[in-house]
Amino acid sequence: MKFGVLVFPGTWSDRDCGWVIDQVLGEQLTYLWHKDADLKGCDCVILPGGFAYGDYLRTGAIARFAPVMEKVGEFADRGGLVWGICNGFQILCEAGLLPGALIRNASLEFRCQWTNLSVERVDLAYTSQCEEREVIRVPISHGEGSYFADPATLSRLEQNGQVVFRYCDDGGRVVPSANPNGSLHNIAGIVNKRGNVLGMMPHPERCSEPELGGTDGLKLFRSVVESAARVMVS
Amino acid sequence: MTVDQIDEKRLREVALTPDEYRVIVEQLKRAPNEVELGMLGVLWSEHCSYKTSKALLRRLPSSGAAVLQGPGENAGAVDIGEGWAAVFKIESHNHPSAIEPYQGAATGVGGIIRDIIAMGARPIALLDSLRFGPLPASRHHVNGVVAGIGGYGNCIGIPTVAGEVYFEDCYAQNPLVNAMCVGLVPVHRLMRARAEGTGNSLLLVGADTGRDGIHGASFASVELDENSSERRPAVQVGNPFLEKCLLEACMDLAHTDAVVAIQDLGAAGLTSSVAECAGRVAGAGARIDVSRVPRRERGMTPYHVMLSESQERMLVVVQRGREAEVESIFRAWDLTSAVIGEVTDDGCLTVVDEQHEVARLPVGLLTEGAPLRRLHGVAPAPRPTLDLDHVPPVVDPAAVLLRMLASPNLSSRRGIFRRYDHMVGDSTVVPPGGDAAVLRIKGTRLGLAMTTDCNSRYCHLDPHLGAQLAVAEAARNIVATGAQPLAVTDCLNLANPDRPEVFWELEETIAGLAQACRVLELPIVSGNVSLYNDASGKSAIYPTPVIGMIGVLEDYGRRLEAGLRHEGDFVLLVGSSHNDLGGSEYLKVEHGRVAGRPPALDLARERAVHKLMLAAAGAGLLRSAHDCSDGGMLVALAECCMLGGIGVRCPPMQPEAPIRMDAALFGESPSRFIVSVTSRAMPEMQTLARRHHVEISLLGLAGGDVIEFEGQFRVSLADMRQAWEGDVT
Repeated sequence: MKFGVLVFPGTWSDRDCGWVIDQVLGEQLTYLWHKDADLKGCDCVILPGGFAYGDYLRTGAIARFAPVMEKVGEFADRGGLVWGICNGFQILCEAGLLPGALIRNASLEFRCQWTNLSVERVDLAYTSQCEEREVIRVPISHGEGSYFADPATLSRLEQNGQVVFRYCDDGGRVVPSANPNGSLHNIAGIVNKRGNVLGMMPHPERCSEPELGGTDGLKLFRSVVESAARVMVS
Repeated sequence: MTVDQIDEKRLREVALTPDEYRVIVEQLKRAPNEVELGMLGVLWSEHCSYKTSKALLRRLPSSGAAVLQGPGENAGAVDIGEGWAAVFKIESHNHPSAIEPYQGAATGVGGIIRDIIAMGARPIALLDSLRFGPLPASRHHVNGVVAGIGGYGNCIGIPTVAGEVYFEDCYAQNPLVNAMCVGLVPVHRLMRARAEGTGNSLLLVGADTGRDGIHGASFASVELDENSSERRPAVQVGNPFLEKCLLEACMDLAHTDAVVAIQDLGAAGLTSSVAECAGRVAGAGARIDVSRVPRRERGMTPYHVMLSESQERMLVVVQRGREAEVESIFRAWDLTSAVIGEVTDDGCLTVVDEQHEVARLPVGLLTEGAPLRRLHGVAPAPRPTLDLDHVPPVVDPAAVLLRMLASPNLSSRRGIFRRYDHMVGDSTVVPPGGDAAVLRIKGTRLGLAMTTDCNSRYCHLDPHLGAQLAVAEAARNIVATGAQPLAVTDCLNLANPDRPEVFWELEETIAGLAQACRVLELPIVSGNVSLYNDASGKSAIYPTPVIGMIGVLEDYGRRLEAGLRHEGDFVLLVGSSHNDLGGSEYLKVEHGRVAGRPPALDLARERAVHKLMLAAAGAGLLRSAHDCSDGGMLVALAECCMLGGIGVRCPPMQPEAPIRMDAALFGESPSRFIVSVTSRAMPEMQTLARRHHVEISLLGLAGGDVIEFEGQFRVSLADMRQAWEGDVT
């Protein structure tokens, strides 16, 4: 299984994702540069966290125009696994690969803390190792992670079952007090209709070893590895 | 031109005294021109020249077996084993943060990161030591500074893992922002910013040069006054994205051997950067062509270019003929770079504007020429004494504890550190909120512990003892994680040294630091001095020698945290308690007083306690460990309970005469820890303690959800949490 980790200028979770793929999972890893013209035969492309191009205009607004993004779009259209984490989620929304947008946290402050996520879909390449409604502990680290979409888009997402992760309390209850950033419907992660493009604000690469406080993130990486064979890239 | 002929106003503008001007004319055997005067002004400022503190700083110990690089470079470096060097330094950005909190703090972070990059190291962690005036008046400063630190650190992707925040009246006009950065580099790749090799090229890379921050170093070397807000143009604006690219490009430079040295452009910009780089090599000089410096705006004079403090710039010394190789690395990150000059062997810094020479000054005159100021210290009037007989006994310890936990200096800092990304890098194995932070070093089992510390109230009451206590407490924070303290970086923040009692504080502070570091065998490998922290001479800050310290754990799997984890564990107090209420948080919170002598410190005893702790940690006896400091034993115990989510049941507290109950509970005797051990480990722990001649006493048993001293008082975890986490922001 070959993972490609995309690096924009200003990306910083690239090496953390790379560490988990290479050192913890022992899978193949290649870094993809924002100026690259191909995806080097990767089975899964990760858009990691960071502040691509400084995010001075709007998160992800410039990154979507990077040369490599055209290839990422084509890859997604063919059913390839495209996984946006944090800034990567923001970029996927800007690029139109996922609906909605990530806006300023309701607190108007950056938040770096552990959150509980209720896993709502386990039939995906990203979550096959999780159990339905399982509560996983994954940290967030963002200033603009409040998921927003217009009512029509939101109800479509819900109807299609495209919400993959919701912020919840220890007991799995999706309640306002468990929402760290004001996301609508406590949304922490969504998938496209086809199920191959995932965007999530929490950082699974930060909780894939016990010494970092938890290993729930590893379940997602393992799911991708195990499911890879089942996803046919035409 | 003689001194009489030069306008004193012009000298004031460049912050030079008539006497200093006289020395310049004598040395040059001519009058300096406008550009030269500006260059000398910034480099002879207190901030760059250390002319007031240099003679004293020589007393600080800076050598040790692990030291790879002591003071004098961009940062200090120590060998931490397995082929790795830890590079670290702390620096102040107080004056800029006072008038423009966000950008002042942000660029403080940016500057200290570049110091680490210049050593060839990858920055892995940031720490911040902050001091503000009392809330709510200081909210503007607190919010701006915290947002600025986060704005820069979060964007560039370096975790902010530790630090401290204190509130005290004396910082109302003069908040302190000290930023520390720690980096890692393989020992054989450690770089020094030396302009070696005549004919080698000087490459300027990063931001274009603008007119921002001109005279920032001079600004930092005078007192703030009512006109200081007009100095806002002397504060620079940070661009963390650009610095991230600069950082990654500089890391990529490791792939070529064409680079001789890297030097940060910080205070005093290009002038200081080139002069320092050349000054480290005997006989070396440099020739700079300002017309080749990429600029942000038109109409800039050579004066502007040489003095600009535009951020996110680095100077790279490149082997002649290999410039293209290096420039291509920068181009890959879309960074602008330009060859702006070369290394010479004439010992002079020559500045030309195309063909036209605009300045020519001996490097030595710039870097070492400032006449040292010999000031006289005079001890101030004695501080208020404390007569314990007049301190009423504690009546309701539970209520006092809750008030203490809710007080600004003791309450939880979670509201602040959750605004910083403290996890990026996948290395933070002990996160902020306990004693020191610990980062693992990937590819090894090594853990690197780091902390900053200073109780400035102690320093105000007794600067000599206060400085020693700061070193001791920082070391205790490191030891509490199970790590061996290794080396120190210091940031000495004081008021105006021209006042004899402040200079006395400086002398006493340095003497105290030197003594503590000698006894604890902790070399000071880098540091910074920030003077003139008094607004219009009216509100001098307490002497605040912030100690940044690192330590090493051979196996981070054996790291310790503060929280009690297991029901039934024995909770012990390690070390001895005395009637140490002088300068305590208890005295301030409960009795509104800053008085008395700080707790006495026996450095030999401190050492013995560290040895016991590390022996016990090494033998795997300890399940948790926490430094017992501000707020005393009961506050520390409450923290152990809240951090671990378990209470503790204790027999009645019956201090032996002459120890008072308030001192036993809230006194701040140093050289103490609260630890937990299993019942099975108790005999071995007792044997170890006896062998190290350290007193240990059983406080109680971990369990339940209250702290209870049988028959005396009880406080629930929930109540403590509510008091403690009523956020300071």
